[in-house]
Amino acid sequence: MTIRTNTSQISRRAALGGAAAGAVVGTLGCPAILQAQPAAIKVGVLHPVTGALSYSGTQSRAGALMAIEEINAAGGIKALGGAKLEPLLADAQSKPDVGAAEVEKLNEAGVAAIVGAYASGITLATTQAAARHGVPCVVDVAVVDQVVTRGLTNVFRFGPGIKTIVDTAMDNLVKINDQAGKPAKTVMIVHEESAFGSGMAKTLNEELPKRGFEIVETIKHANPTRDFSNIVLRVQARKPDLIIPSNYYDEYVLLARALRQQKVSAKAIYSILGGGASSYKFVKEFPDAAAYVMDCNHWFDPRKTEALKLKEKTEKQNLFYTYEVFLNWCCVKLFADALERAASAKREAIMAALAGSTWDKHIMPYGPTKFVNGQNTGARPVTTQVLDRDIKVIFPLEFASGNVIYPMMVRKA
Amino acid sequence: MESCAKTAAGLGYRLATIGVITSMFDLAIILPAIVNGLTFGAIYALVALGLTLIYGVLHIINFAHGSLLMLALYGVFFLNRIWGIDPYLAIVVLAPAFFALGYVLQWSIIGRAGHGKDQNVLLVTLGVSIVIENLALYFFSADTRAVDTAYTFVMVDLGVALVPLPRLIAFVASLVVALGLWVVIQHSDLGRAIRAVAKERQGAQLVGIDVDHIFAMSFGIGTACLGAAACLLLPTFYVSPTVGHVFVLVAFTVVVLGGMGSFPGALLGGFIIGVTESLGGLFLGESLGQIGISLIFIAVLLFRPTGLFGGRA
Amino acid sequence: MLRAAVTGAVMAAALAAPFLIASDFWLGFLITVLLFAYMGMAWNVLGGYAGQFSFGHAVFFGAGAYTSSILHVTFGLNPWIGLAFAALAGGGVGALIGFLSFRFGLRGSYFALITLAFAEVFRILANWVEFTGGGVGLYIPLKVHPANLQFGTKAGYYYVALALTLASLAIAAWLERSRFGAWLKAIRENEDAARALGIDAFVCKLKAIMLSGAMTGVGGAFYAQYYLYIDPGIAFGPAVSVEILLVPIIGGLGTALGPLLGSAVLQGAGELARRVMGDVPGLNLVFYGLLLVVMVRFLPDGLIGLAARLRTLRRRAKVLADA
Repeated sequence: MTIRTNTSQISRRAALGGAAAGAVVGTLGCPAILQAQPAAIKVGVLHPVTGALSYSGTQSRAGALMAIEEINAAGGIKALGGAKLEPLLADAQSKPDVGAAEVEKLNEAGVAAIVGAYASGITLATTQAAARHGVPCVVDVAVVDQVVTRGLTNVFRFGPGIKTIVDTAMDNLVKINDQAGKPAKTVMIVHEESAFGSGMAKTLNEELPKRGFEIVETIKHANPTRDFSNIVLRVQARKPDLIIPSNYYDEYVLLARALRQQKVSAKAIYSILGGGASSYKFVKEFPDAAAYVMDCNHWFDPRKTEALKLKEKTEKQNLFYTYEVFLNWCCVKLFADALERAASAKREAIMAALAGSTWDKHIMPYGPTKFVNGQNTGARPVTTQVLDRDIKVIFPLEFASGNVIYPMMVRKA
Repeated sequence: MESCAKTAAGLGYRLATIGVITSMFDLAIILPAIVNGLTFGAIYALVALGLTLIYGVLHIINFAHGSLLMLALYGVFFLNRIWGIDPYLAIVVLAPAFFALGYVLQWSIIGRAGHGKDQNVLLVTLGVSIVIENLALYFFSADTRAVDTAYTFVMVDLGVALVPLPRLIAFVASLVVALGLWVVIQHSDLGRAIRAVAKERQGAQLVGIDVDHIFAMSFGIGTACLGAAACLLLPTFYVSPTVGHVFVLVAFTVVVLGGMGSFPGALLGGFIIGVTESLGGLFLGESLGQIGISLIFIAVLLFRPTGLFGGRA
Repeated sequence: MLRAAVTGAVMAAALAAPFLIASDFWLGFLITVLLFAYMGMAWNVLGGYAGQFSFGHAVFFGAGAYTSSILHVTFGLNPWIGLAFAALAGGGVGALIGFLSFRFGLRGSYFALITLAFAEVFRILANWVEFTGGGVGLYIPLKVHPANLQFGTKAGYYYVALALTLASLAIAAWLERSRFGAWLKAIRENEDAARALGIDAFVCKLKAIMLSGAMTGVGGAFYAQYYLYIDPGIAFGPAVSVEILLVPIIGGLGTALGPLLGSAVLQGAGELARRVMGDVPGLNLVFYGLLLVVMVRFLPDGLIGLAARLRTLRRRAKVLADA
C-alpha cells in the first residue's frame, strides 16, 4: 500500500505514526476546537488492483475516489466542521493474504473505515483482520454469504448476497416467462469454477426445479477457459430453452462470441452475475454477440439523476460505467453519511451509525439502507437486457427503461 | 455419518452426469469436438514452437514466454486500434520486432544475469515476466481488449463442423510456421550452428561458433514465433496483462510431449493436447477435463521423457 | 564464544519481539517472513541439499492445508492435532511423487516440471471433489481460542511460526552434520558417483522429498489456520510454488540460514516496493521484478554467497595488512 492524499504523498514516518493521527481526528468531534481546517478523516480504499482481478479492482477504486472527490468538493463532512476525506489506497494484489496485511497497515495508519474489497475470498480475509481492531468495513460486492454470516460486527455489506441475487433472478425469470406464456422449460447452466460461480450453480440447482424448470445440464468450466467451442456443442446437442451463464468477464465474452458464431438459438440467454452481459464495454465492442442478452446483476436506478450524472462523469474519465464503479461510489457515500450521523470519526461511533443507517441518497434501486447482521436488507439486483446497443432495465417494472424482448429474436447471421 | 451420506449422494449425482454425457457418445458431437481440438491445438503449437526452440537450445525453462506473448498480443491490438492494421498483416511488423526484442533480452539480461546456472536463469526469466506483466498493467491498464474484425464471425462449413475462419487460418499458419522453422534449422548455416550449440555447447565454442550470439539468435527466433502466434490468436481471443498465464502451462506440456527442441513434435504435441483437452472437456466436464493435459504431461515425463520426437534425454 | 553470544542475543530478541513491536502490521510481516523461511527451508531439504528442484511445492502446501482444515471443519478434529495429519499428508504426497519420479529416474528440469504437473492435478481435483468444498473453498469457523489454534492477537501466531522456523533450523543443522545430509549433498554433486560409493540414491531422495513434503504440509495447515480460508487456487496454485522456491534460491541454496535471509529480503523488497513506488497499480511489482533480476545478476550464489565473499575479502585484506 502506499498512502497518498489528493495533494501530497505522506511520508513513511507519517504513515507509521498514523495511529496517533487517528486518535487526534477522534477528539475533533468536540465543537470547542472546531476552528480552522479540521484534520482529514482517513478512509481505506482496498481492492485488488493488480493480479487476476485487476480490472474490477481498478474500476472499484475509481468509483470510490470519485465519491471522495465529490464529498470533499461539497465541503467535506459538515458534522465534523467540514473535515475532508483522505483516501488511503491499498492493493490486495488479488490475494487474500496480501489483503489482510494491507488491513493491518491501514489500521495503523488510522483509517476510520475500510471500503472494499470486491472479491469474496479477499473480503473474507480482510474483514476478519479488520475485526480484530474494530475497524468498520463497508463491503462493496463480495457476494458469498459467509461474508455476513460469521457474526462479525464490523461488516456492512451494501450490495446483495448470492441468495438474494438468485431469488430475485428466479422471480424475475418466472414473471418474464409467465408473461410470454411459459415458452421455456429446460435450462442449461454454464458457470465458472471459483467461489461465486460454484455457489451460484449450487443455489440454482436447488431453486430452479422448485419453480418448474428442468435443468438439463450444469457445466462448470475452469478459469481461464481458452476455448468454448465444446461447451457450445453441448448446448447445441441439448437444445435448452434457456442458457444461464455465470462467469467472469473474459470467459463471458468468449462464451457469448462462441454462441453467436455457432448460431445457437435459445429462447433466452439469461445470465446471473454474468461478467459481460451488463457491461457497456461488451455491448460496445461486440454488439452482435451482446444483442438481447439478459442479465440479473447489480445495477443503478435509471430514474435517479445522480446515477446518470455519475455515468457521464465516469465516461468522461474514459472508463466504462460498471457495477464496481457505482457500488463503490455508494459505499463511500454511505460511509460519509454515517460520519454525519455519528458526528464523530471514532470507529465505534461509525459502526453504530452504520448499524442504524437509513440512508436513501444512493443511486441503487434499494430503498433506504437497513442493516441486519451486517447485510443491507434492501439490496437487490435487477434484470437488464441489451436492446438497441444499450443496456435497459426490464425488471422490476416500476423503473424499467425498456420492454423485454422474449423469446429473443433470431439473431441475424 | 450424515456428511458421508451427503458425499455419497453428491458422487452419485456426479457419476450420473458423466453417464448422461457418455450417452452423448455420438459422432455428431465427437467429430466437431475433434475439429475444435485440432484448430485450438494449432494455437498451442504456435505458442510452443518458440518455446521448444529456446528449451532445446538453451536448456532453460523460460518463465517469460507467457508475458512476451501477452506483449505481442498488445502489439497486434494497438497496431489495429491506432493505424487500422489488420491483425494478419501485423505479422510483418511484429515478427521482426519480437525477434529483435528476444535477441536483446537474451543477450543483455538473461544470458548475463543467469551466470549459466539453471536456478538463476529461472529467477531471471521470472523477474523479467513480473516486470513485463506489470509494465503492461501500468501502461495499458487492466482492461481486457479484443478486436472485432469483419471475419470474427465468419464461419466455414467443413461438413462435420462449423469452424470460425480465423481458427482455420491459424491452423494452416501453424503448419507453415513449423515447416519454415524446420527448414531453417535443418538446412541453413544458422540452423547448423544452432543445432551444434544445442548438442554440445563447449564443442561448438571450440570450433569457433559464437555461442552467446547463437543463444540470442535462438531466443530471438523463439520470440519472433510469439509475434506470429499473437497475430493469429487475437482475432478469436482477447488480451489483458495476465493473459500469458493462460498459455504457459499448456505450452510447456506441448514442448515436453513433442520432445524438447523438436518442431514436428511441438506441432503434433499441440494437436494432441488440443484434442485431449477438447474430448476431456466433453466427457469429464470443462473443469475436470483440464486434468487430461496434466495427466498426459506426467505420463510422458515418466515413460518417455524425451517426448515423441526427442533424441537423447 | 562470540557466536554463542550472537545466537543468544538473536534468540532473545526473537522471543521478545511481540513485546517490543507494537505494530500489528510489522508483527504480521514477521509472521509471513518466518512462515516462508520455514517453507523455504522445507524446499531446501529437497532442492538445496539433495539438488532436486521442485516447481510444485504447492502440492504439499495444499495437501497439508486441506487435510487439517477438512479434519477440523468436517470431523471436528483439533487443529493442533491436525498439524500432525498435515505433516502425514504432505509426506504421503511426497512419497507418491518421489516414488514415481525417482523410480523412473527423472532429473533436472524434468523433475521440476513433473512437480508442477502434480500440483495442477491436485488443484483440479480439489475443484472437482465435494469434500474439499470444491471451488467455493473451505471456511474455517471463527472460534478464537489458543486450543483451536486461533489467537486473539498476532503474538500467538508469531510464536507458532517462530517454533516452526526454529525446528526447520534444527533440521538444517542436523543435515549439515549427519551422514544423511552428506549423502544428499553427494547425490546433488554427482548422482552416479554417489551410487558408485554405495549410496542408495533412490531411498535418500525419497526420504528427502517426504521430509520436505511433511514440513511444507505443516506450513500449509498453519496458513489455513491463520487466514481461515482456502480454495483450490490458493492452496495448489503456482503462486505458492514460486513464492516458496524463491526464498532459498535468493537466500542461498543448501545452506541453513539462507532461507531465513532470503525470506526476510524478499518480503522486505516487496514491502519496500509498495512504499516507494506509489499507488499506481503495477509499478511496485515492476520494481520488485527488477530487484529480483538485479539480485540474481550480482549475487549468483544468493545472499549467503555474498556473506561468504565478504568474509574472504576481509580475510584477504587482513592477510595483506599483516604482511
